[in-house]
Amino acid sequence: MAFLSIHGLTVSYGGKADVLRDVSLEVERGEVIGLIGPSGSGKSTILRTLVGLLKPRAGTVTLDGTKVDYGSRGSLRAARDRFAIVFQQYNLFQNMTALRNVAIAPTLVKKRGRATVEEEARALLARVGLAEKVNAYPDELSGGQQQRVAIARALALKPDILLLDEITAALDPELVGEVLDTIRALQKDGMTMLIVSHEMAFIREVASRVAFLDQGSVVETGPPAEMFDRPNSPRLKEFTSRILRH
Amino acid sequence: MWDQILEDAPRFFGPWNLLFLGEALVNTLLLSYIGAALGFMIGFGLAIGRHPRLYGILPVRLAATAYVEVFRRIPFLVKLMCVFFAFQLSGTQATLFTVALVTVVLSAAAFAAEIARAGIEAVPAPQWDAAEAMNFSRWRVLTRVVAPQSWRVVLPPLFGYAVGFIKSTSIASQIGVMELTYAAKILNTRGFSALLCFGTILVLYFLICWPTKRIGERLEARLGRRAKA
Repeated sequence: MAFLSIHGLTVSYGGKADVLRDVSLEVERGEVIGLIGPSGSGKSTILRTLVGLLKPRAGTVTLDGTKVDYGSRGSLRAARDRFAIVFQQYNLFQNMTALRNVAIAPTLVKKRGRATVEEEARALLARVGLAEKVNAYPDELSGGQQQRVAIARALALKPDILLLDEITAALDPELVGEVLDTIRALQKDGMTMLIVSHEMAFIREVASRVAFLDQGSVVETGPPAEMFDRPNSPRLKEFTSRILRH
Repeated sequence: MWDQILEDAPRFFGPWNLLFLGEALVNTLLLSYIGAALGFMIGFGLAIGRHPRLYGILPVRLAATAYVEVFRRIPFLVKLMCVFFAFQLSGTQATLFTVALVTVVLSAAAFAAEIARAGIEAVPAPQWDAAEAMNFSRWRVLTRVVAPQSWRVVLPPLFGYAVGFIKSTSIASQIGVMELTYAAKILNTRGFSALLCFGTILVLYFLICWPTKRIGERLEARLGRRAKA
């Protein structure tokens, strides 16, 4: 079985129509999966469901051979221990410095020594090019800088799988590059990632496989070159022609 | 009139009266501060118990909501009477001071619960998402992320109400609690001019309320400084 195996995942918000319908996806270690599709197709919902911010109505998630039971606190904790998610709006804690944002979960939740963790946090912030900003608060940083702090915060958790939820969508165009460079470096290091993005050129470059979602279902999966150049399904054809025209 | 006041003053501020007023002042202070402190703690507890993303299980939420909505809408005097008769009916021996203190606590808890709820809701959902996804326990989401960002919203109205409770304690004079207003009434009936009696407690009330407001502003400046959400 694959490292992360999602099978028949179905999610609905409070009695309304399913936002995810019978989604299945296999992710191997070191793979980078690009999740693409029109707005509202359920891409972000997959990531939010994996970290337990939404409860699946049906389906199974198996991580490294262990089934995740989202109804059980212990099982959810174990799963959250191995995922890290970066949000579109960065979601940095506003009451903490960049360094504290990165160091808080490892010290508080994973109970590691503060000195070691802070040393690592400084190294991570340096790696995303923010060595000088360790003591800055989120409101003193640009969107691109905040997003890089958020990536450093996710990496400090030493996740098995990194989930990136439209991390460049809220950024000014000139700040997108710095964030994407950080992700490219992670891909080279062999980090397993699920990337939701509208940056098609970037997905094409870093993803080993792409899944196209529409109306809550996976319509087509395949290597990026095939998906973008020779789409099979009519809906993907329409989507790529609309996206690539710009 | 001034002549009479000037003539009365040395006798009014005699040692016995000062002791009497001092005791009344202590009672007002105890009612206000212990009442508000206990009430705010219970109120915060209620707000936490009501919140669906914290500890809010349905029966607790319903009970807390009912309590908050009802107690915020009953006049202080009516609450005071209810507590008074509740103690009588239960046959518990309680001093009038205890009755007044319980009323202040019940009242403060309801208002604080509502203020704290607004403070918690002022913290955007994405802050919760990030903390929960990183395996923060509910207690840690509250203490490390939500509460520090809530103070800015919570403190100004909270201290506004604290000053309000200090003033409400004067209503306890209606059931004969020996606090400032009651003391003034007694001194007045002993023949001292009303202006002197009530003028004196007016100054004393101000001397309690004003520093309270200042403490609030100080806390606000300190705790709210780094929480521009």
